[in-house]
Amino acid sequence: MTLPDPIAQGVAAGWRVLDGAAQTQDLQLTCDVLIIGTGAGGGMTAEVLASAGLDVMMVEEGALRTSRDFRLLEAKAYPELYQEAASRKTADKAITILQGRTVGGSTTVNWTSAFRTPPDTLAWWGERYGLQGLNSQAMAPWFDMAEQRLGIADWLADPNPNNSVLERGCQALGLKHGRIRRNVRGCWNLGYCGMGCATNAKQSMLVTTIPGALEHKASLLSRARVERLLLAADGKSVQGATGRLLKADDHSPSARQFNIKARHVVLAAGAIGTPAILLRSGLGDAHVGKRTFLHPVSICGAVMPQRIEPYNGAPQTVYSDHFMHTQPLDGPLGYKLEVPPVHPLLMGVTLPGFGQHMATLMQQLPNLHVMLALLRDGFHPDSLGGQVRLRADGSPELDYPLNDVLWDGVRRSWLTMAELQFAAGARQVQVIHEQAALQSRWKAAREMIGQLALKPLLARLVSAHVMGGAAMSSRPEDGVVDEYGRHWALRNLSVIDGSVFPTSLGANPQLSIYAFALRAAHQLCAALKA
Amino acid sequence: MINIKRRQLIKTGMAGSVVLLAAAWLAAPVDDYPAPLSTMRLDFLQAADGQIIRSLAPVMLGIAGLPLDDVVQGVDRAITKLLPAVQQELRQLFDLLANRWARWWLAGVRSPWAMAQAGELSQFLQRWQNSSLLLLRSAYQALRALINAAWFGNPASWGALGYQQPPQIMGLLP
Ligand SMILES: Cc1cc2nc3c(=O)[nH]c(=O)nc-3n(C[C@H](O)[C@H](O)[C@H](O)COP(=O)(O)OP(=O)(O)OC[C@H]3O[C@@H](n4cnc5c(N)ncnc54)[C@H](O)[C@@H]3O)c2cc1C
Repeated sequence: MTLPDPIAQGVAAGWRVLDGAAQTQDLQLTCDVLIIGTGAGGGMTAEVLASAGLDVMMVEEGALRTSRDFRLLEAKAYPELYQEAASRKTADKAITILQGRTVGGSTTVNWTSAFRTPPDTLAWWGERYGLQGLNSQAMAPWFDMAEQRLGIADWLADPNPNNSVLERGCQALGLKHGRIRRNVRGCWNLGYCGMGCATNAKQSMLVTTIPGALEHKASLLSRARVERLLLAADGKSVQGATGRLLKADDHSPSARQFNIKARHVVLAAGAIGTPAILLRSGLGDAHVGKRTFLHPVSICGAVMPQRIEPYNGAPQTVYSDHFMHTQPLDGPLGYKLEVPPVHPLLMGVTLPGFGQHMATLMQQLPNLHVMLALLRDGFHPDSLGGQVRLRADGSPELDYPLNDVLWDGVRRSWLTMAELQFAAGARQVQVIHEQAALQSRWKAAREMIGQLALKPLLARLVSAHVMGGAAMSSRPEDGVVDEYGRHWALRNLSVIDGSVFPTSLGANPQLSIYAFALRAAHQLCAALKA
Repeated sequence: MINIKRRQLIKTGMAGSVVLLAAAWLAAPVDDYPAPLSTMRLDFLQAADGQIIRSLAPVMLGIAGLPLDDVVQGVDRAITKLLPAVQQELRQLFDLLANRWARWWLAGVRSPWAMAQAGELSQFLQRWQNSSLLLLRSAYQALRALINAAWFGNPASWGALGYQQPPQIMGLLP
């Protein structure tokens, strides 16, 4: 038996796929609709527009990698498939940001948890941002459509032992919890989603909408980094985009440039990439790059008495929203509890401390359990998120200052996670903070957590959920785009990706992005065909 | 005398990058010694940087008998995949550490890296890990992340962790 590679087959059958690294000349191209970025937003949009007969071109900074490149190796996957080799950081380096950088974007490497946008988040957008049209009822058909397209359904297999720890802890403490739906078809239950799916079971954009678009004569240019949009002389519309082709190392610019002319341009470069392109194009109005949210994640580890092999099995299948819904949306930050997959490299860079302490923990890898708390940022009046800005060389950087509301959430979440882990039978608990000692009793852990210094780079914070930075608004003066992602000033420019959200979501974002993208893409399609 | 200088540096370094500016000035004239000769092909790291990694890795990882060439190579490979802006910061960091005076004043390590004892190195790491200066904490974290990624990304490290890739698929991969 060999594993099929549908992408290689499609390419062999004549899909219009260009590799920037293979070009020996500058490229001058034209199309109806140029889509910049091929992740959750870009992939969905491409399929809708291409199947309606529009001439679509997708441009992607990362390379086209397929299942035959996915070898379950962190040291290969992170540099090939992630922004900044999975070490992208906020300006003070306190938060590590995971984002995809390959055809399919973050969906190629994500962990397959699928949640609809929480109704209270949508209601809040209606109330606070005048986006009443986006309530749960109005959105339901788009969620349905996305779920059908991507095979999103209940995951019927048992949670792996790693996720079961969260379930047991919730049961012991009487906390509300549930099972997570996933976008997979024929999943092998391996647990290596973060390194690209070698069996093509994960219904990422790489195996669904991008092939769908290519089947409908769309074209794809990979290893091509968009630098800026081409503006019309009067500054009132865009004419396309320009940028540099990259070399076969995926990273350094080659001597070659590209220019793509288009009737309409869709920015789908993700919530750091999209604001960066707007800023480089001189389109940084008062809102661009501002209010960028992360669901900052605090972490707590535990040594379980039994082997749980946290690297094996579907990565995230149990969650608890208990601490999201037991307090006001704009009060102290709520958090969602989940359990990430654990692999050696990721664990090595995540555990605190060094030397003997670290070595002893790492040697217990098969017994290590890790829990995450995703903090819901952007609702509390002091939770303003971060700001995307450009470095001298034009590369983007997110400045996300850590303040008291956030630290308060981090401390409360550590307490919750440690208590849960003990309740689930943990032998020892390790808060992911440089000065946290390994604790074997809940009471001692509680005292210690109460005293941990809350400072950047002592607590380790991460994020895989970048949202905002080009927010939707009901009035031009309040945001960058309207509820369909149409740029308020340049009407042939749309933003269709995670950057349109006015706050964080309070749930893993992929399904929200798919649904909003479908809605925006159908509207755009009708307008372009009219 | 040395302590006063160090405190002055740290004080003037409140704004963070001033420490690096001072260090870059310091780092220019005097190299550490002995600059080891290496036959390894490295893209980013220089011989002196390689020595720093070799000295720090066993202390950082708490593991004796590491294949140090592999770790150095892994760190080098990891750095080549980072943004130019980040590479520049790492260049400054390694230049700083490779400089005799900076090593002495800022890192508090008196012996050249190749001769420094585990205790001295471990104290240095601990000092930067817990420093009140964000800049030194981030320098520690950079070293930590690079060395850990280089080692635990290497299948040679997995046996000791009891980790293996799922056998049901490995034979089917190209
Ligand atoms: C490791 C990981 C695990 C995750 N797990 C989950 C999960 O389980 N459930 C969930 O709901 N969400 C998860 N997410 C988040 C989810 O995948 C993202 O929120 C979503 O994919 C974002 O969609 P997007 O369209 O905004 O951007 P992306 O999907 O990130 O796509 C943006 C694309 O644009 C490209 N790009 C950027 N700049 C340029 C440029 N200048 N020129 C050309 N191309 C450019 C990028 O390379 C990238 O491919 C995870 C993310 C990661 C990284």
